[in-house]
Amino acid sequence: MTSFHESEMIALKDVCFSYADRPILNGIDLTIKRGEIIAIMGGSGGGKTTLLGLIAGRLKPQSGSVLVNGLEVPKLRQTELYGLRRKIGMLFQFGALFTDLNVFDNVAFPYREQTNLPEEMIRTLVLLKLEAVGLRGAKDLMPAELSGGMARRVALARAVALDPSVMLYDEPFTGLDPISVGIIGRLIKRLNRALGMTSVIVTHDLNETLRLVDRVVVLSQGKIHRDMAPEEIRSTDDPFIRQFADGLPDGPVPFHYPGRDYWSELMGQ
Amino acid sequence: MSAYFIRLISALGRLVTSRLDRLGLAARFAGLLMVSLRIALGRLSLIFREVYFSGVRSLSIVAVSGLFVGMVLAVQGYEVLQRYGSAESLGVIVALSLVRELGPVVTALLFAGRASSAVTAEIGLMRATEQLAAMDMMAVDPISRVVAPRFLAAIFSMPFLAAIFSTAGVIGAWIIGVKLIGIDDGAFWSQMQANVDVRIDVLNGLVKSIVFGTSVGLISVFEGYFAAPTAEGIATATTRTVVISSLSVLLLDLLLTVMMFRGLS
Repeated sequence: MTSFHESEMIALKDVCFSYADRPILNGIDLTIKRGEIIAIMGGSGGGKTTLLGLIAGRLKPQSGSVLVNGLEVPKLRQTELYGLRRKIGMLFQFGALFTDLNVFDNVAFPYREQTNLPEEMIRTLVLLKLEAVGLRGAKDLMPAELSGGMARRVALARAVALDPSVMLYDEPFTGLDPISVGIIGRLIKRLNRALGMTSVIVTHDLNETLRLVDRVVVLSQGKIHRDMAPEEIRSTDDPFIRQFADGLPDGPVPFHYPGRDYWSELMGQ
Repeated sequence: MSAYFIRLISALGRLVTSRLDRLGLAARFAGLLMVSLRIALGRLSLIFREVYFSGVRSLSIVAVSGLFVGMVLAVQGYEVLQRYGSAESLGVIVALSLVRELGPVVTALLFAGRASSAVTAEIGLMRATEQLAAMDMMAVDPISRVVAPRFLAAIFSMPFLAAIFSTAGVIGAWIIGVKLIGIDDGAFWSQMQANVDVRIDVLNGLVKSIVFGTSVGLISVFEGYFAAPTAEGIATATTRTVVISSLSVLLLDLLLTVMMFRGLS
């Protein structure tokens, strides 16, 4: 039986995960307290999104335990997992809005599928959520008519529709202009506070993230490289974090993909 | 020589293993789909929506194809029948060909090309854009909500479309045979009425349509659900749907025809 404290919302203990024979995560230990906002950072293909998949129960670890609100996620049956997921919201990288439904119906989807609320009440709740993300006026638009930032805000309204206790964000700032990044960042912070959620943000956007989060967890080579406060990131002289923070092309994460010696390959030896 | 032989054997082994693997995946998927049918049947509005997109929107291509197939059958049939002095049997020949074989088979082939390919592309794109994952994260089972209604729509639509195909075909044959060639109107219809049996011909045709609908529907949702989330992956899945559905319809037709009509005469 894995130990679990009431103050913890998410706890990963010695989690290992691999795709076929390619190891992705190796012995991850991570605890996230209730109400915390943490960022997961690291290079591409470093296992950040995999970590979200494990927390959400979309992936099962080869070993170790994943606890969310005291429940051992990999051991849950589908009905139990769906019960847990009603308390978890997830914002996907590009929103994942249903393209055949308009903005209103996208946000109404969780209410219609998961509750028996009358349509009148659903309408009120949807308008409240859309007002919170500033898109009440766009309720009749189709997803194809929205900008990237607007789509992400609608997806956020849909993700928090059932007032989840845990919010997972998969690269919420990717591909957005600076104004939209700022809007999404402020919404994440405001919603987290208003709904008393625990948030996990997988992101590459250092500037916006450091303003939002309580902790930053840096993944490298399948392990937690550092777990630190946001203000430490700017001052640390850790070469991996410096390369990441300063956007240096070469360093602990090499520019070149491993291959044969350049000279001998050119010479055909 | 022996190294080449070993490579050949291992390639053959890999091919067989991968095909068996895929077959196992399909069987497991079909099992999950069957379990979710009860939930899907409780939400008829979702099924009707898919019947509209798959079935109603295929009406024009099915009706027009049926009309032309019936006309061609009439021209070809008349050429042969008149040699034996039995041109009045044209209506029976055309009706039996359509109701027993061409109606269910050609409709299923048209449905695979028109509607099933679209279903595969739609589900594949929903997977690629994480819409299915988002649904799953909202504790809504994508198989019950997305896959099952499309599968059931194929089963429900196919018999109606086949009936419309056959009806249009008979009308096409009547236009050619009676109106253009001049076969007696009464003989055309009365021979058809006397020789087309409801149980043997119409009911067996209906059974064929339902079997083809099940097969084509299952293949289209399976290929879409497991399509690689790339443009190439969706294109490949769509092509596979059309090819595998068409071949399965022809194979099933052979099996069903042998079972239904062998020794009838």
